[in-house]
Amino acid sequence: MTHEKDTAPHAGGKYKQVSIDPITRLEGHGKIEIFLDDAGEVKEAYFQVPELRGFERFVIGRPGEEVARIVPRICGVCPVAHHMASTKALDMAFSTKPTPTAEKLRRLMYAGYYLYDHTLHFYFLGGPDFVVGPTAPKAERNILGVIGKVGMETAGQVIKYRSNGQKIIALLGGKATHPVSGLPGGVSKFITEEERETLVALAEGSVAFSEFTLQVFHDIVLKNKSYVDMITDPRWALRTYYMGLVNDKNQPDYYDGDVRVVGPDGKEFLKFKPKDYLKHIAEHVEPYSYCKYTYLKAIGWKGFVDGPDSGIYRVAPLGRLNVADSMSTPKAQSHWKEMRSTLGGGPVHMTLATHWARLIELLNASETLEALVQDKSIVSRDIRAPIGRPGEGVGIVEAARGTLIHHYVLDEQGMMKDANLIVATTNNHAAISLSIRNAAKAVIHKGDVSDGTLNTVEMAFRAYDPCFGCATHALPGELPLEVHLRGADGSVMGTLARDGLRRHPKEG
Amino acid sequence: MAKERKEPKGAKAPRAAPKEVKEATEAKDEKAPKPEAAAPKGDKIKMAIYWGNACGGCDVSLVDLDAKILDVVAIADIMLWPVAMDFKYHDVEAMADGSITATLFNGGVKNDETEHIAKLLRKKSQIVVAYGACACFGGIPGLANITNREGVFDKSYRTTFSTVNPDNVIPQTECQVPEGTLTLPKIHDHVRALHQVIDVDYYLPGCPPVQERILDLVGAVVGFVKEGKPLPPKGTVIALEKSLCEECPRERKEKRIARIVRIHELKDDYKSCLLEQGVICLGISTRAGCSARCIKVNMPCRGCFGPVPGDIDQGASTLSAIASNLDLGQDDLKNTEADIERLVAQVRDPLGYFYRYTLATSLLRYSRGEYPKDSEKGKGGESP
Repeated sequence: MTHEKDTAPHAGGKYKQVSIDPITRLEGHGKIEIFLDDAGEVKEAYFQVPELRGFERFVIGRPGEEVARIVPRICGVCPVAHHMASTKALDMAFSTKPTPTAEKLRRLMYAGYYLYDHTLHFYFLGGPDFVVGPTAPKAERNILGVIGKVGMETAGQVIKYRSNGQKIIALLGGKATHPVSGLPGGVSKFITEEERETLVALAEGSVAFSEFTLQVFHDIVLKNKSYVDMITDPRWALRTYYMGLVNDKNQPDYYDGDVRVVGPDGKEFLKFKPKDYLKHIAEHVEPYSYCKYTYLKAIGWKGFVDGPDSGIYRVAPLGRLNVADSMSTPKAQSHWKEMRSTLGGGPVHMTLATHWARLIELLNASETLEALVQDKSIVSRDIRAPIGRPGEGVGIVEAARGTLIHHYVLDEQGMMKDANLIVATTNNHAAISLSIRNAAKAVIHKGDVSDGTLNTVEMAFRAYDPCFGCATHALPGELPLEVHLRGADGSVMGTLARDGLRRHPKEG
Repeated sequence: MAKERKEPKGAKAPRAAPKEVKEATEAKDEKAPKPEAAAPKGDKIKMAIYWGNACGGCDVSLVDLDAKILDVVAIADIMLWPVAMDFKYHDVEAMADGSITATLFNGGVKNDETEHIAKLLRKKSQIVVAYGACACFGGIPGLANITNREGVFDKSYRTTFSTVNPDNVIPQTECQVPEGTLTLPKIHDHVRALHQVIDVDYYLPGCPPVQERILDLVGAVVGFVKEGKPLPPKGTVIALEKSLCEECPRERKEKRIARIVRIHELKDDYKSCLLEQGVICLGISTRAGCSARCIKVNMPCRGCFGPVPGDIDQGASTLSAIASNLDLGQDDLKNTEADIERLVAQVRDPLGYFYRYTLATSLLRYSRGEYPKDSEKGKGGESP
């Protein structure tokens, strides 16, 4: 790439550049650069991720079993997903499998994590745009605004069940944020009958809470014509491939299974074992973002376009529910069918429907959770399987925000020789970039870059519940939003500071 | 032995910020005003919560206060909390210097933007709390200091298994696209803890901080605001003045270590000291205050509360504590250096065990790296 600014005038001179920096109410940091033509219409929009931490580099040289205690710091919102993917990669790398009790305890922790994380997204991060309104005053577009709308009694339930999810993780993993109990071949912590009863109490009511939350979604979103119009607007949809872990019945399994990929037509395109992921997935680099872009190798990287000829695929709730033939629990199954039939029958391409899919998963996880805590065999002390010779391992789980891959190579002493991490949001990065571009083109007209309009553009990425801390194995600070309007010579004609940080010119 | 370790009485001064490190920082001119000056009469105070080179776990730890967070909201208007709400930076920039009573800053500093915000918040705040292990010591992301920016880029964009990059494209701080120019903030060579960038008033360690200690902090602030109680002395580490061994529920028999055992190889008896069972455990050299959460699920301490009071370098003191606990099967006096070396060599990754959270603030601070750095100033980590 050229870095010289004073070359002959290029086409860019004709455009006004609008920066949304940073995007807000997500985990991690991203910014959006929008170029407007003379009529104030969007010519192009770029999504950028401005951080990189380098976990893949500094886990090298560490003892393999210690890595499961290092990688959770990729993301403090979904540390359980990283801890679990890591532990599973170590299972394979140490040629072992968890005992049945250990697997149940891991699954239990994982269900608690979904209860916590999906609740957090709906009520704190993505939901305020619907519950309070996309163009509501910005001071109200947050959890406090949500509480104002839904009332204190509901707020109490939200606090309780989000917290109960965390308490389940803490009981089994030592700490809710950054649990430590995963070991190759099992877990370090067995539970007593008394602790099981505590888990029963923590899980109790989570199914009812999830159903209630789905009802909130129906009442507030699906009964509001303007929201339904927005969700079903083809400009807010992408026709892509979809990816997710499934069990042997092709039902979403967040903890384990094979990776299934369906095409935009909903037909199975690929199904592979975690250890074969490199045959099917590759990562592309662009010079303007620190975060990479994954694509299906069978189709290849064709740039930022959707459709069957582009290797771009999507993960997270929409991806998982699109690769599913059905759901693993009865109540979630009935909601899954309702969503599919309401939105056209086949795979759902409407990005904003991801919010609905997420709540169906919340119900699915809660049903799983309530069943698991009733299993009295989980108090067995048979929590550790013997380990074998160190080698190579791949662990794949479904993080709340999508398919998460940890791949480790150990030397004969079990020390880390190499590592590769493909995280949930990296899988969605190309699609997020596309959705943001499409949203910008759909909502910005005649140069209107007011706060409400720009927030509506941001809804395009919030649907994905992205975590750019994960995506760059970095979680830098989130910075506020500012819009520069530039003239043809590049000078700043005006500044709309939503969050007013002055960015200083960087050295080349 | 930790149990025999006598903490200096009244040692309130934190060891999170060793003097020599502090003197090397560039922020000496940004003196925090005396917190005492801020005692408001009846009014709510103003607070800010911000994340730097962090993972978000510290923010989650605040949400995990559940209903108790209402105690905070009752005395404070939160002016900034990016993870949870759409607060405005321009509001912060427009505020008078010193008008935020307290900022909780989590995460270390590894790029231009974080550094800019840290300095801005310092200017606007009377009290800055380094919140969590990364702000206090660099934390786990500080392990990146074993290499530098080029090392991290090389791994991420060239040599990871799934990366396909035949044209050797590397992200640039400035990049031309057909419509104009896109920029990215510059990533630094090394991670720095907050006090290596700005002046810090209090330290709340932990990865993330635990409820008990967060409530200590909240209690101190509430007492200050509501009843005018004095704040703790500047530099206080909000944790306990002893080592984690003194909080540990496991039984200790003063037995010596004959062989180092890795945790996944341990046949745990679930009751005796992990170190005495041969597992590297940093309880001996780590400040107490976490209620031994990891040990209660049978996993050894990795030191996220940082060094015990009085210590400068957690890694060095761990090494010496463990070396003094080794049993070479004979009278100590007959041990040769070779004996000791042989046993210590069983610790396969001293850096990763002993400096898990504190590499950025250790006496080592950073490696020279296997790649050339940006500048040849030899001062890694400083603002480029």
